[in-house]
Order: sequence, then structure tokens, then C-alpha cells
Amino acid sequence: MDTLPPGASGDDAAPLSPADLRELYSLMAAVRHLDTSAIAWQRQGIIPGYAPEAGQEAAQVGSGYAVDRTRDFVFPTYREMGVARTLGVDMVAYMSTHKAIWHGGLYDPLESRLAPIQAVVAGSVLHAVGWAHGQTLSRPAGASTEHTTGVALAYFGDGASSQGDVHEAMNFAAVMKAPVVFFVQNNGWAISVPTERQVAGGSVAARAAGYGMPALQIDGDDVVAVVDATRRAFAHARQGNGPVLVEAMTYRRGPHSTSDDPGRYRSLDEEREGAGEDPLERFRQRLLADGIADEEFFAGALAAARAEEEQIRAGLQALTPRPGAEMFDLVFQETTPALQAQAASWRKESEHV
Amino acid sequence: MSSFTLESGTVDTPAASTVLSMQQALNRALDEVLADNPKAVIFGEDCGRLGGVFRITDGLQAKHGEQRVSDTPLAESGILGLSVGLAMAGFHPIPEVQFDGFAYPAINQIVCQIARMNYRSRGRLPMPITLRVPSFGGIRAPEHHGESLEALFAHVPGLKVVSPSDPHEAYHLLKYAAARPDPVIFLEPKSRYWQKGDVAPEHGGPPTGAKVMRPGRHLTLVAWGAMVARCLQVADLAAEDGIDVEVLDLRWLKPIDAEALAASVRKTRRAVVVHEAPLTSGLGAEVAQLITQGCFDTLKAPVERVTGFDVPYPSGDLEDEYIPNIDRILFGIQRVLEYRRG
Ligand SMILES: Cc1ncc(C[n+]2csc(CCOP(=O)(O)OP(=O)(O)O)c2C)c(N)n1
Repeated sequence: MDTLPPGASGDDAAPLSPADLRELYSLMAAVRHLDTSAIAWQRQGIIPGYAPEAGQEAAQVGSGYAVDRTRDFVFPTYREMGVARTLGVDMVAYMSTHKAIWHGGLYDPLESRLAPIQAVVAGSVLHAVGWAHGQTLSRPAGASTEHTTGVALAYFGDGASSQGDVHEAMNFAAVMKAPVVFFVQNNGWAISVPTERQVAGGSVAARAAGYGMPALQIDGDDVVAVVDATRRAFAHARQGNGPVLVEAMTYRRGPHSTSDDPGRYRSLDEEREGAGEDPLERFRQRLLADGIADEEFFAGALAAARAEEEQIRAGLQALTPRPGAEMFDLVFQETTPALQAQAASWRKESEHV
Repeated sequence: MSSFTLESGTVDTPAASTVLSMQQALNRALDEVLADNPKAVIFGEDCGRLGGVFRITDGLQAKHGEQRVSDTPLAESGILGLSVGLAMAGFHPIPEVQFDGFAYPAINQIVCQIARMNYRSRGRLPMPITLRVPSFGGIRAPEHHGESLEALFAHVPGLKVVSPSDPHEAYHLLKYAAARPDPVIFLEPKSRYWQKGDVAPEHGGPPTGAKVMRPGRHLTLVAWGAMVARCLQVADLAAEDGIDVEVLDLRWLKPIDAEALAASVRKTRRAVVVHEAPLTSGLGAEVAQLITQGCFDTLKAPVERVTGFDVPYPSGDLEDEYIPNIDRILFGIQRVLEYRRG
């Protein structure tokens, strides 16, 4: 499905150069390697839990690549490690959430342009609309929208699309013409429930029509298609035309989280069949066939991914718990007497003086 | 990090005051907030053209424009979720939930998002949101239009809760709340919207902590919102029998001014808490505990509670039975005055 009218797209539609394509591959390789490692870290007891994303690299890296970090803002769920990596977020700070050091992560959301990680599905979709509406409100009267408006990129899953907040968000965004891109990663499953038992109306993209919003349903395993679609959506939203919905069709390989047992709802054969071709391998073949990268490049990308993963693991292992006092200090901007009293008695009664 | 210091107040004689209804006082406060703070934005169901069903935002859209004061689609979770994003974008949202009972569909956004974002982001994404909620009963309204949500909100870490009792308080507390960097749930006693009183814009007194609305010697009535006016009435009646009642307006339901509670009850040695919300796990229990802790030695009787009942808020015909009335409050007073140790 493609109901997004063609139009001038400015910066958001610069064609991908060979260097861009190689960068996309390197990002995907780094994300794949880090994701595989994070599962291993969980098994080794380095982190207590993790939400894997193997198979979603193209959807995540491709969409994150469209973000302009000087003006856009990204609203993730708990599974957007690939987006975070693409945005250049400090990955030790990002992974600190999975090490149970701080809900939301230790990265700076304002600097990185990535809102805190959070677990309520669809919880942040409305925040994206609010932030985007803020861009509209901040625009000086009569100013050209081009090159000034930040776009909010809201990630959510096919399962999350059942939440009322998503419907409220789409309606609000369409009514307010807010510059939002709703980016659905339809990975086929919401824990054990397949999309056909989750989404009525054929697809999430089909719902956009009900809000008078253009939508694109794309091959979410083709990174170039994802970049292209997301950039078109950004251009449309940035030019003041309101929100766009992009539904990237992909597949979650392996478990929903490290504590999930997919064997209870599908067989390995079913998984292989449903997953189709590996997006990383597929891109590699394409780069080879087009003469854009050679074996030496791929080997280099893998070596870089390995080195990076080692660095992140070391950083994560060195990461110690936050001082307990932060538990009290960070509740409010202006603390309260009751909280101060509770902090004082905690200090007195605990050993963490 | 700055601190929300509690400074208790006493009744001040307003200099250069104007007589306003609470509706007008709130409206004036919002008008001034919009004029003073270019980042303040007001929105909600019917807030714009209509000025809200209670006209609290009356005329504000015409004066400040559709960008600053706007109507939203009819969706409470949407309104509160929108507030989060706007706050992240540097705005100071002042959303309105049309009636107390319709805050329930927004609880997820209020509790899981607004109350936690500052913490989650380690202070980088403050939530300077002032949520106005026309609250409590007393206007013969349909179901879900007369709920008392204060204990529910006060229980949530990351939220502050305040309720004004008269036009003067309404004006000053709203202006103060709207300048805070943290989320404040502002519970407006809708049964008091049309009551008039002196508002002295220049003489607010401290906008934090509790406030002695009437000094007295024999016992303390602790109340907030609409119940303050009723307690003042009760105090007048009790005075005819020679009972000198102190009325303490708690104002902030979180943080609660424990000092002011203790100071008042150390003097009077007896206390009755009055609230419209149901008894069980209501804020009266919290107040009673704070008084016990601060005044155990001096207390002459257990702290009494006069409250609504553990029933869904009843329809108009039964409202007067449900909301603490003058007789029930007088009985409460009698219980603490006549208490004898076992
Ligand atoms: C509001 C809410 N209800 C339930 C859950 C528990 N839960 C966590 S993830 C999940 C499935 C989400 O599926 P989807 O949105 O498709 O995203 P995916 O995990 O497949 O990426 C559920 C039910 C939750 N986190 N939030």
C-alpha cells in the first residue's frame, strides 16, 4: 500500500550514495552483532534480561537513518536498540536499562534525541504527537515550514496498535496536522499472538485511511526501501502536511524476550518459513551484485562490530549501580519535605552512607 | 535541586482586593499565566471557543489565540499524553479534564508517564504540567461528575496535588502551580465555582503549605476544597455553644504540611478531618497519622474522621446524605470533645 502523494522532498530525499549504502550495512552488522551478544550476555548473567530484535535490523537502521538529529525526535519502545545505535546513542548508557541500572537508560534523551526507553506498549506514541504539535506551535507565524520543522518518529508494534492510545494519537495528529511519522514494525507477533489475531482490518496501514492520513506498507527487510519510505514520510510531515503512517513488514526471529519460550507457540520450521530471507544477508548480496562492496569490506564491518561489542560489554561490566540517593533526588525538580525525610531515614538506616 | 518548602499561612486582610467568583479568579489567573509565560498552553475538551463547560477558560482563546488555547478531540488519554510530548518540547501545558470521573481513562498516561518522566529521564525531561480537574460533588451532577480523586493522585510518586477552597486561594494557588517545574494535579471544587470572595492579587501569602482559615482553641477541623467553607460554617455554629474551632485548610494534599497540622493540634489537642472522599484509605487516614506522629503526647482524643462513605458516588437525591453535612461534622466534634480514656 502506498497512499503517500509524491512531492518535493528536499533534504529528506537525497539519493543514497555508495558510501551511504556501505554505512547502512556497517550499522546493520553492528546491530546484529550486538543483539546476538546481548542474548549471550543474558545467558552469562551479565544482564538480567533483553528484548532481541534479530531480523528487524533493516527496519530499525533504515528508519533511524532518516532522522535529522539536529531537529527531529525519536520515541522508542523497549526493542529499538538498532534505532539507538543508528542515532549514535552511547550504547553502554542504552544497555544500562537491560542491566537494570536505571529505567529509561542512562543516556541523555535531549542530546541523543531519543526519548527514554519504556515498557508500556504505545505509551509514547501520544508523546510523539505532543512533541510534534510543539514544533507547530513554535513555528513563527508565516514562516516557511521547510528546513525548520522537527518531525517526531514514533515506534510501535503490531500488538501495540491495538491500544486505545494509538488510535487517539493518530486522530489527534491528523486533526492537528502534527509532523509525526508513525513507524510500525509489524514483526508478525505480539509475544505469542500472531498479527492475524491482533490486527483487524487487514493491516495497521489500512487504518490510516480512517484518519485521512497517508500510509505506506513496505518491505521492512529491505533497508533501502525503509530509508526511502521513511524519508518520504519525513518530507511530507516536515512540509506541514500532517502525519504519515509507515508499516514495515518484518519478522521477529527467536524469542520475544530472553524469558520467552517461542517453542510454545511456533515451531522452528514455522519460524524459518515465516522469517524469509535474512535482511543482512540479502543486503550483502545486493551490495556485492551492484559492486558497491567486496568481501574485504564485509570482513572489515564484522571486525568493527566485534571490537565495538567488546567495548560495550566492558563498559557495561564496569557499570556500577547508581548511588541510592538518586532514588530520592530524581523524583521531582523541586523535592518535598516528605521525600527529604524519607531520604534522611534511608541514609541513617542503610549501610550506603 | 531546589526544594518545595512548606510555609504555612494564616488569614490575611486583603489590601486592594476585588470581589470575584472562583470561576473568575481561576480565569484571571490563567489569563495572567498566558500573558506572562509564552510557553504556557491551555487545551482540553471545549476549552477554546466555549471557554470550558464551567467557563474557566472563558475568553482566553479570543484573547491569546487558537495556538495557546485550543479544543482537543474528546479523548482524555490523548490530552494527557499530548501534554507529555509538549512538556518534552519545552512547553508548560495546562490541560483540563472536563470532569473528575473522566480522569480515569487518562490514569495510564498520568501515572505511568507524567509522574515518571522526570525520574525516568534522570531530570532531563521535567513535566511542568498543571492538570486542572473540576472535582468533588455537590452540584447534583450525573454519574462520574462528582468524584474525589485526591488520595489516588496523592498516592502516586511524582505527582503533587493541591485544591483551593475560595477565590483568593484559587487565584494564587493556580498561578503558583502553573509556575512549577513538576506535575501538579489541581483539583477545583466545582460546587464553589460561583461563590464570590475577596481576591487580593498583590497579597497572596505563601502559596505552599496549609493555612489557618480561622484560629480557635478547642479543636482543629482539617479540610480542603469545598469542605473548608462548610467547616467554617460549622465553626460559626459551634461558637454559639462556646466551642472555639480552628479551621485548617490543608491546601496541598501532596506534599502535606505536617508541621502546620502538628502546630495547630498541639495547640487545640483535638482534631477532626473532614473530606468528601470515601472513608477507607482516604486522605483522612494519612492526616490522622501525621497528627498522631506530631502530637501523640498532647492529643486528648483519637483523631476523628467525617467523610463520604465507601459507596460509589450517589446520584443527586442522595448527595446530601453522602457529603459530610453540618450535623455529621458537629457529631464528629462532639466525639472528640467527649472522648474519655478507657
Ligand atoms: C500496556 C501494556 N500491556 C501489556 C504489556 C506486556 N507486553 C509487553 S510486550 C507485549 C507484546 C507487544 O507486541 P508488539 O507491540 O507487536 O511489539 P513487539 O514486542 O512484537 O516488538 C506485551 C503484551 C505491556 N508492556 N504494556
